[in-house]
Amino acid sequence: MYAKIWANLVLLVSKYYKQFFIGILGTLKISAISVIFGTLLGTLIAVGKLSKSKVLNSILNFYTDFIRGTPLLLQLFFFYLFFPDIIGVDWSKQTCILVALCINSSAYVSEIIRAGIQAVDSGQKEAAKSLGMSDRNMMIKIILPQAVKNILPAIGNELIMMVKETSLCSTFFLPDVMTTTKALQTSLYMTVEPLIIAGLIYFVLTSLLSKCVGLLEKRLSVSD
Amino acid sequence: MTNAMKLIEVKGLKKNFGELGVLKGIDEVIYKGEVVSIIGASGSGKSTFLRCLNRLEEPSEGTILFEGVDITDKKVNIDKHRQKIGMVFQHFNVFPHLTVLDNITITPILEKKMKKEEAEAKAMTLLEMIGLADKAHEFPRKLSGGQKQRLAIVRALAMEPDVMLFDEPTSALDPEMVKEVLEVIKKLAEEGMTCVIVTHEMAFAKQISNRVLFIDEGIVKESGSPEDVFDHPKDPRLVEFLSKVL
Ligand SMILES: Nc1ncnc2c1ncn2[C@@H]1O[C@H](COP(=O)(O)OP(=O)(O)OP(=O)(O)O)[C@@H](O)[C@H]1O
Ligand SMILES: [Mg+2]
Repeated sequence: MYAKIWANLVLLVSKYYKQFFIGILGTLKISAISVIFGTLLGTLIAVGKLSKSKVLNSILNFYTDFIRGTPLLLQLFFFYLFFPDIIGVDWSKQTCILVALCINSSAYVSEIIRAGIQAVDSGQKEAAKSLGMSDRNMMIKIILPQAVKNILPAIGNELIMMVKETSLCSTFFLPDVMTTTKALQTSLYMTVEPLIIAGLIYFVLTSLLSKCVGLLEKRLSVSD
Repeated sequence: MTNAMKLIEVKGLKKNFGELGVLKGIDEVIYKGEVVSIIGASGSGKSTFLRCLNRLEEPSEGTILFEGVDITDKKVNIDKHRQKIGMVFQHFNVFPHLTVLDNITITPILEKKMKKEEAEAKAMTLLEMIGLADKAHEFPRKLSGGQKQRLAIVRALAMEPDVMLFDEPTSALDPEMVKEVLEVIKKLAEEGMTCVIVTHEMAFAKQISNRVLFIDEGIVKESGSPEDVFDHPKDPRLVEFLSKVL
């Protein structure tokens, strides 16, 4: 049995590496899009959360709590099935799934940003205020540049999470590593071998990204 | 001092943190050119009083007139007034992501629309005054505590304030660095800068002040010249406090 598995693995790597490569690109693309748009949206949400408006605060807190408190797969199904009708747009199913991922990511990133900003020593804010700096300048020139040090590595970790989470997209046939894996399982009548390759791919991807985040963290902490 | 100009006039100042009443009604005037030291036990509200003067703490009750303007009025642009009220903190609070020079120039450039060259020229003069000109392009992490605090002082001076508030400026320093910071404050005071200094350095307070305030139980229990307060204290709580710290 092991000999057969080995033979199949060799076959997959030698003959079907292209499919896996396309899958890897797909996974990276979907994860990157989710985290990039999630970061843009998450920044706006974080700004709203730090504002003084109580109403806005509770709405946004509910938004993030709700998204972080329900399974991603459920959210994907919801967007896949109902989102276009609710909003009244004619988007493809794939776009709907991407929107769901971005929204999911935005909830996590907004918390990362809020926490990153709040982690900046309160004395910095007081010093800026005592000099007569406006709230806006204080945020842009004093607080955010220091918060970035906390925020960027955490967003890198969010990307790593997303690389794994996007495997759920295969349920909806978005082109990623897991979709490739499932397609090969069906067409080649293999069960475990494509999974082994996929597992290795995910592990290598997340390990490499972790290394990058580690390096980034080191660079950023130099200014302390 | 009766004919001197009132720079800060505090009337009926109260400050509560939730249930805790920290300041219970303070009436005090700081005149232009005065050097006022504030002493008192830990937790007596010295910092709170100082921080109310530039509204880093919002007073619960009372008014604060700064150069005749009620700055407790929510409609005033507090940022503009804060530019005239320099403040130096116990923990320096220099901006770690900016060079020494940028620490000084950033606020004049942003808020006073000062030209970069002009701001930098002024900053260099200030850095020369405190002997840190050679560190202009370093980041604060390269500075000692005493150097950071001197930087914090000139950063505030770059805004050309009319008064400087110091909150225990030497408490976080190693003993050998206290002197260099006190020297700078002393020089400022001698040049006529109005200073309000919260301090545990009693000898310094005695030497530099025109007036000393003893804050206790939320009010100014005793105030007077350094000789009155330190050598002839009247209030029993002040007598007790001095017996502990002197
Ligand atoms: N933001 C705050 N929230 C709640 N309580 C506070 C706050 N700031 C100060 N206090 C309380 O108010 C009281 C006075 O504090 P304050 O810092 O003004 O004292 P202090 O005289 O400066 O003391 P120290 O000599 O230790 O610096 C203390 O009991 C303190 O715990
Ligand atoms: Mg204090």
